[in-house]
Amino acid sequence: MNIMKCSTCGHQNKEGTTICEKCGKPLDNDQQGTLLNMRYDGSAIRSKTKNRSIVDKIWNFFSSVKIGVTLITIALVASALGTIYPQEMYIPQNVDPALHYRDQYGILGQIYYQLGFHNLYNSWWYMVLIALIGISIFIVSIDRGVPLYKALKNQAIKRHPNFLKRQKLFGEYTDYNTDDKTQFINNLKKHRYKISEEDGHILAEKGRFSRWGPYVNHLGLIIFLVGTLFRFIPFMYVDDFVWVREGETAVIPSTNQQYYIKNEEFIFETYGNDDEDAIFEEALQNTSGPVPKHFETNAVIYEDVSRDVIGSDPELKEVKSGEIIVNEPLKINGLALYQDSYQLNEFQTMSFKLHEVDDEEEEAIVEFTVDLTDPESEYVFDNGYRIELNRYYPEYELNNGEPRSVSNYPRNPGFVFFVYGPDIEEREASFLAIGQNIPSGDNQYKLSLTDFGVRDVSGLKIRKDLTLPIIGLGAFIFMVGVIQGMYWQHRRIWIHQAADSMYIACHTNKNWYGLTREFEKMIDGTSFTMVRDQEKKNDS
Amino acid sequence: MEKVEQAKRKKRVKKRNRFIFRSAILVVLFGALVFAIVSNLTAEEETAVDKNEQAPDFQLDRVANNGDAVESSLQLSDLEGKGVMLNFWATYCEPCEREMPYMEELYPKYKEQGVEIVAVSVDATELVIDKFVDHYNLSFPILHDKDSQVLDAYGIVPLPTTYFIDENGVVVDRVLGELSLERLESYLQEIVPKGT
Repeated sequence: MNIMKCSTCGHQNKEGTTICEKCGKPLDNDQQGTLLNMRYDGSAIRSKTKNRSIVDKIWNFFSSVKIGVTLITIALVASALGTIYPQEMYIPQNVDPALHYRDQYGILGQIYYQLGFHNLYNSWWYMVLIALIGISIFIVSIDRGVPLYKALKNQAIKRHPNFLKRQKLFGEYTDYNTDDKTQFINNLKKHRYKISEEDGHILAEKGRFSRWGPYVNHLGLIIFLVGTLFRFIPFMYVDDFVWVREGETAVIPSTNQQYYIKNEEFIFETYGNDDEDAIFEEALQNTSGPVPKHFETNAVIYEDVSRDVIGSDPELKEVKSGEIIVNEPLKINGLALYQDSYQLNEFQTMSFKLHEVDDEEEEAIVEFTVDLTDPESEYVFDNGYRIELNRYYPEYELNNGEPRSVSNYPRNPGFVFFVYGPDIEEREASFLAIGQNIPSGDNQYKLSLTDFGVRDVSGLKIRKDLTLPIIGLGAFIFMVGVIQGMYWQHRRIWIHQAADSMYIACHTNKNWYGLTREFEKMIDGTSFTMVRDQEKKNDS
Repeated sequence: MEKVEQAKRKKRVKKRNRFIFRSAILVVLFGALVFAIVSNLTAEEETAVDKNEQAPDFQLDRVANNGDAVESSLQLSDLEGKGVMLNFWATYCEPCEREMPYMEELYPKYKEQGVEIVAVSVDATELVIDKFVDHYNLSFPILHDKDSQVLDAYGIVPLPTTYFIDENGVVVDRVLGELSLERLESYLQEIVPKGT
């Protein structure tokens, strides 16, 4: 590493230093007239100095502000792209995404899908991008924050005259007396400047803490990102879902089979059913179908107190009961159960009667009810008839001419019945479904649907999020950093006492106008004139 | 001369410290990055029980008309000492249906070698399982997880999901989705208990 020796005081400065750490003399050998670059107070940015091992190279890559800004720009553009069409999670569940995007949005939609933008925010490359930004923020903060902190902490009070002469706001005074100087210093104090003195040279400083604003802000961002990272830990974050049918008890996911929930009743109300809703009458006439007003699940939560092997019948003890309404969850053991969705009128039972095909009265020979949640395979009657449920399709669909079920749930039940009876030679088969009644051949008897029972299904969201306080803290610190850096400025005024004259130079990290106005007030009552703005070339 | 030496040594220590400091920070940051990505990728195909883990014990009722159903229930831990192929399936799942005949075909051969095939159905009603078992004439144990407890414990998402468990109860392989006859056989060979 090269050492740069200051020609005036002999202090050994690190390579890359632009202003001598000790006496403040500009080290850039630049000609008079150009202003000093005051970023990081002239201290050497560490990464700029060393570039040898691979670790240093990676470090330097991330410490570049240019790289950071590029990464943020890419992330911004990518995030914006993700909002052009809905993300995969927001399209209907039962469609093939590959077809959906093409059908809905045409060729652009297809490209969108094929580029993987339909699942952009969970894609690995998006996460890498965000993580790289996090790394960049972290390294930039260390790389710039630490030298800046050191430079400002150890800053010299007495600065080299060239340092003052090359500041933006500079004034040279020969015609003044000590009263003027005292008055000026008093004015500085009145404006809450901190004064330090060395051999008659003065440094007045205020608002240094605003320089830490960006670093506090970065700290907040990093805490925020760490918070989102914690979402991958199951203990910190649960986002699950369960369907519970009325009267049914289901295991609550993410509880290791410790808790069960029973749906006692699902209540669904629509607008227009009571007198208070009269005012909505006009609006309701313009909508097709009922408008939901309120829905809730009356639920009981049980704990399995037997700690037997999984799958054995649980020994349930009631621990809580109540209503689950939108935004009013039922909470158990840190988990909150929210009302999320519902399916109304799922079939639960279906009743049939057997009658002769050519009986116009359709007089029942036998009647029976099939419990769709646990159907029996055979229904035997005293009068010699026997009906076998040979096939049951809870959600029936035709697949290449063959009936089959596409799910567990009796949304569209289909049945194959075999009818045996004293006057039936072998058996008579028929297929029944909603709106369908197909005999296998020239049947003598016919089965008809007489009645059905339905129940509602309640969809409950299971949530736990212990990362919210961390994310909230990160966001809060982020805002503190923004305010700290935005509403305050770091202002410094140097007074250099030369043998026959006095130099005054001013610096602020932002809001030069404010500093100028403040300086005007501070020379009030003294003979000092306004400092010159050296940036304005044609001033005077 | 001594001063120069001292300064050099100091510089070296400083350089080494900086190297350690930077390396440590980079390791932590990239560790977090890898953690995020791996978690995100595994979250999509999340099953609670993964390869090289102990398969959680469970007990379920056997479907009545299946094979030589002497006992009415089956507990996984009772099969210790045998390799176990644990298949999660449902009658409405077409790929599950396609691989069932393969399992039936290979069952007698591997049963002799100490491998048990256990199929856990997540169907809602027993009737549909009974009819299915009759139709394909399945002889290996078919269990009914009617309250989805085992499904939840294993964190099964796609059907079929198949676990291949060795004689010590450790998951050797986990297959999400359908198996062909050849692949099924090669997985079964892996869990044949040693010493038989």
